[in-house]
Amino acid sequence: MNSLIAGVILILCLSSYFFGRSEARKLVTQNIKLKALPAYYGYYLSLWCGLPALIIFGCWSLFEPTIIKVLILNNFPQIESKDLFYEQTLSFFNGNFSGEITNEIKAASIKYSSINIIAQNSKVVIIAAALIGSLTFAYRKIQNNNKARDDVEIILKVLLFTSSLVAILTTVGIIVSLLFESLKFFSTINIFEFIFGTSWSPQRAFVRDASAITPEELLELQDAFGSVPLFAGTAFIALIAMCVAVPIGLFSGIYLAEYASTKVRKYSKPIIEILAGIPTVVYGFFAALTVGPFFRTLGESMGLTVSSESALAAGLIMGVMIIPYISSLSDDVINSVPQSLREGSYAIGATKSETIKKVVIPAALPGIIGSILLAVSRAIGETMIVVMAAGLAANLTINPLESTTTITTQIVMILVGDQEFDSPKTQAAFALGLTLFIATLILNYIALRVVKKYREKYD
Amino acid sequence: MELNNSKIKIQAKNLNVYYGKKQALFNINLDINQKEVTALIGPSGCGKSTFIRCINRMNDVIDICKVEGSVEIDGAEINEKNVDVVTLREKVGMVFQKPNPFPKSIYDNIAYGPIIHGAAENKDQMDNIVETSLKKAALWDEVKDRLNEPGTSLSGGQQQRLCIARALSVNPEVILMDEPCSALDPIATAKIEELIDDLKKSYTIVIVTHSMAQAVRVSQKTGFFHLGKIIEVDSTDKIFKNPANKMTQDYITGRFG
Amino acid sequence: MTKEQRLKKRYRAEKRFKMYGLISVSLAVIFVLILVQNIFSKGSSAFSRTMIEVAVNYDSSLLELESPINQNSLKDADFYDLAVESLLKIYPAKDSKEERQILRLFSPDYEFEIKDFLIKNPNKIDQIVPVKITASDDIDQLNKGNFPRDLPEDRRRVSNYQLNIYDNLIEKEKIDKKFNNYLFTKGDSRDPELAGIGGSLMGSFFTIIICLILSFPIAIMASIYLEEFAPKNKITDFIEININNLAAVPSIVYGLLGLGILLSVMEFPRSTPLVAGITLSLMTLPRIIIPCRASLKAVPPSIREAALSVGASKFQTVFHHVVPLAMPGTLSGTIIGLAQALGETAPLILIGMVAFVVDIPSSPVDPSASLPVQVYLWSEQAERGFVEKTSATIMMLLGFLIVMNFIAVYLRQKFEKKWN
Repeated sequence: MNSLIAGVILILCLSSYFFGRSEARKLVTQNIKLKALPAYYGYYLSLWCGLPALIIFGCWSLFEPTIIKVLILNNFPQIESKDLFYEQTLSFFNGNFSGEITNEIKAASIKYSSINIIAQNSKVVIIAAALIGSLTFAYRKIQNNNKARDDVEIILKVLLFTSSLVAILTTVGIIVSLLFESLKFFSTINIFEFIFGTSWSPQRAFVRDASAITPEELLELQDAFGSVPLFAGTAFIALIAMCVAVPIGLFSGIYLAEYASTKVRKYSKPIIEILAGIPTVVYGFFAALTVGPFFRTLGESMGLTVSSESALAAGLIMGVMIIPYISSLSDDVINSVPQSLREGSYAIGATKSETIKKVVIPAALPGIIGSILLAVSRAIGETMIVVMAAGLAANLTINPLESTTTITTQIVMILVGDQEFDSPKTQAAFALGLTLFIATLILNYIALRVVKKYREKYD
Repeated sequence: MELNNSKIKIQAKNLNVYYGKKQALFNINLDINQKEVTALIGPSGCGKSTFIRCINRMNDVIDICKVEGSVEIDGAEINEKNVDVVTLREKVGMVFQKPNPFPKSIYDNIAYGPIIHGAAENKDQMDNIVETSLKKAALWDEVKDRLNEPGTSLSGGQQQRLCIARALSVNPEVILMDEPCSALDPIATAKIEELIDDLKKSYTIVIVTHSMAQAVRVSQKTGFFHLGKIIEVDSTDKIFKNPANKMTQDYITGRFG
Repeated sequence: MTKEQRLKKRYRAEKRFKMYGLISVSLAVIFVLILVQNIFSKGSSAFSRTMIEVAVNYDSSLLELESPINQNSLKDADFYDLAVESLLKIYPAKDSKEERQILRLFSPDYEFEIKDFLIKNPNKIDQIVPVKITASDDIDQLNKGNFPRDLPEDRRRVSNYQLNIYDNLIEKEKIDKKFNNYLFTKGDSRDPELAGIGGSLMGSFFTIIICLILSFPIAIMASIYLEEFAPKNKITDFIEININNLAAVPSIVYGLLGLGILLSVMEFPRSTPLVAGITLSLMTLPRIIIPCRASLKAVPPSIREAALSVGASKFQTVFHHVVPLAMPGTLSGTIIGLAQALGETAPLILIGMVAFVVDIPSSPVDPSASLPVQVYLWSEQAERGFVEKTSATIMMLLGFLIVMNFIAVYLRQKFEKKWN
């Protein structure tokens, strides 16, 4: 049914383009001077025909299921688990229900079929009315030799503007979805307990209805969601990663920008950038199956106990992943330091490395710091490497050979598989997501501003 | 043709320079005298800047640039492999077309050279070097109260004098100036020219300039470059009053260039 | 310190500094090589499959066929007894325990493989025919040399008895390798020898197509607006800040968005390429807009002025001149954005694409996995056979990414005009 309606609208759009164009040409034969090319009259008619109908159709299809659900459930206030009941009704209506058929389900199903018919019919009628209305409106305008091009351009401009609003909508969507669940979470769990608590064991809160928590349970729950170990673990692994990535990335960037011959640069730069193109799940696999066990055997041979999910393995591989982000960004910023500064330094007899250390790097410092901040934000938001290679248990440790866990790991662990949407455990994942979002947002914002300021200075 | 009463400081012999496949300088032979100002004039792209960059081997910085022939300073060849460019550049300072102070404080701009060459043993000596260099560049009075401000905060003319002071800080024997006034206003230019006049008492100066008036004002000897070749070299007086070559004549009277 | 000593010291520092740079670049390159070598050496064996040749006695009396014998009746028939009968003949077994061990040499699908052979060759009924049957994972790994046989028996998955059979079969040249078409045609399975990436391949395909359909037009329109039409005001600035920040938001946050809004509020079907495509397109959008805008910006203003000066409207200028000139850059930016989306895992896990799906999806609303998620799922499995399957999946994934990146680079180098 829906695809039929969409098809009809699209066919009408297409044909109204040709219709509008030929109408405009007819005007020409009547010696009326057109205000735009005939094709614009076609676009004009086509846009007027399609847009209102498609918008109505889209909104309708989006909201119809929810509205019908509410309408039906209002008739059955006595039902306890409404979602389940509604699902059963639907599957009974579609004829693939296997279970105990209650009278309520039967009644609801009858109700559903009647509402559904009304909905379908009114949808067709309203869309048809919209089509006819807007088409006649636009057709009249064409006959009056309206400035078709200006109108088409205004409509297009609105369309262009709307698409750029998607960016804002996405941000709003992220914030709303994170805040909504997080607020529910903080209504059961004290926000200070979450931020400052040092014990993380959400499995204690497994499958529990948030609305029916006894005071004793609540006390126990409060203890389960102290996220300090996660913050510490995240920061720790990110620190290890940066210890690998910053020196290697920075020196690679310097070498490529200042020393490497054109030939070396041509081949080694793309190879290093391969590291940025490899999906993180591949790093995770490599870290978990090769590097982790390798460190453990290495540690055993030296008489150390190394966890096979050590923070060291995850951090090291994450660092490798981050190398190209630092190297190519610092390569860029170093290249944008004006040559005249280097020449000034060479001219008083500085060697290349002295020039780099004392003139180029200080000049490029804001850009380099910006790139490092971006890299840190990437490290704390990185998920797959730590999910696969870091541990699950929340240990507060600074021993890189032990296993630690991170914010992203816990989000995945909580949400993988079936989620109970009303349990504090699920909500905790969103609260962690919110923390992560805020942290990376601040880092990115500062980094982008620093880099932008820097670029303005030398452009 | 040569001015015989002065000692020759720099001597270029059969110098050819190539940028990739393009030849920029053809068979240049030029002598530059000690403790006087030699001006190099000529239309843009004639190779004057390329030439002075050969004197402190700044062309080494450009990958595709190849230098053939010889340049001698005090009779010692500088284009040989075993010649150390760092020491060479310590001896031959350079001032560029656009002022290029480092993004550091005025003090650090001057101190940079002595630091890398290890010229000062303590803070007092360094302060001393900074002060003398700035004084020699006639900038001391203007900046002595704000030595910690960034060098980029100065005006264009002050920046250029800062760059001159930076070049002086390592006690060079030769100073190369690549159109040092082309980015400056007339007043700043006058100050720099005054300074050049002062500096020639203790330094050998080679200046590339677009302005013939400037060449007349500051130099004792002038060389005219055209299309990578040296057309005429003589005392500045002679070049501007009675040039031997028709092309020089045309250029200084403004028929081309 | 004399002047010479000092100079020597400075040059040593120079050499050292340059060496650090060289070492860093080499380290990065070596990491790439190790990673690729590691994956390829583990994964290449997944492209072959060990087969055991068994003389199958297609005894029609064991099939309880309803006459007449035709394709349909064969399809309905139960081949279990017949299969077991023939398989147990490859080696003498003294008790039911050993019999079970013999059966475990073969993949659990042996019954269907024997049946399929007969359906394809119906004239072989009541004959004894040599049929090649897929070996179990353990034998497969043993045959590929991925399995150490000198461990004590209790630490091996293959018993001594099974090893004897295996050696015996090798001697009789009954064990053979062939190209592993299952890897590409089958969906997920609990048995490594039967598991394939057919399902996740289709899942990734649908996901990327949806991502392309949603993100490409919106990204182009948004970048045209921001680059060509947007007035310099607070709203435009705000949109720009949003885009730049969104491009750096961790991908897992988009997973939470998909879960919190698409699945729980809008009630889209879980675990489907549809939701994955929408989620990833939100993530990809800013990452495409940024290069799109850069390539629009690279078109010099003189082109715009030329078009405007002959009386073209702003729209005509943009759509007839600027956008076509910026197209190579836009397309290559889009392809690179899609390549990133193709390799994305974390958000897909959150929207439930980790479900165990055996069937190959035929539409974007069927539950499925995707290639990177398949890597994650299989890497969690304990069976040895999954290691090579995972590596092979990574090889495929990297292959796709390399092809996409090459296309992007080619587009840019071949068609992009250089403005001076």
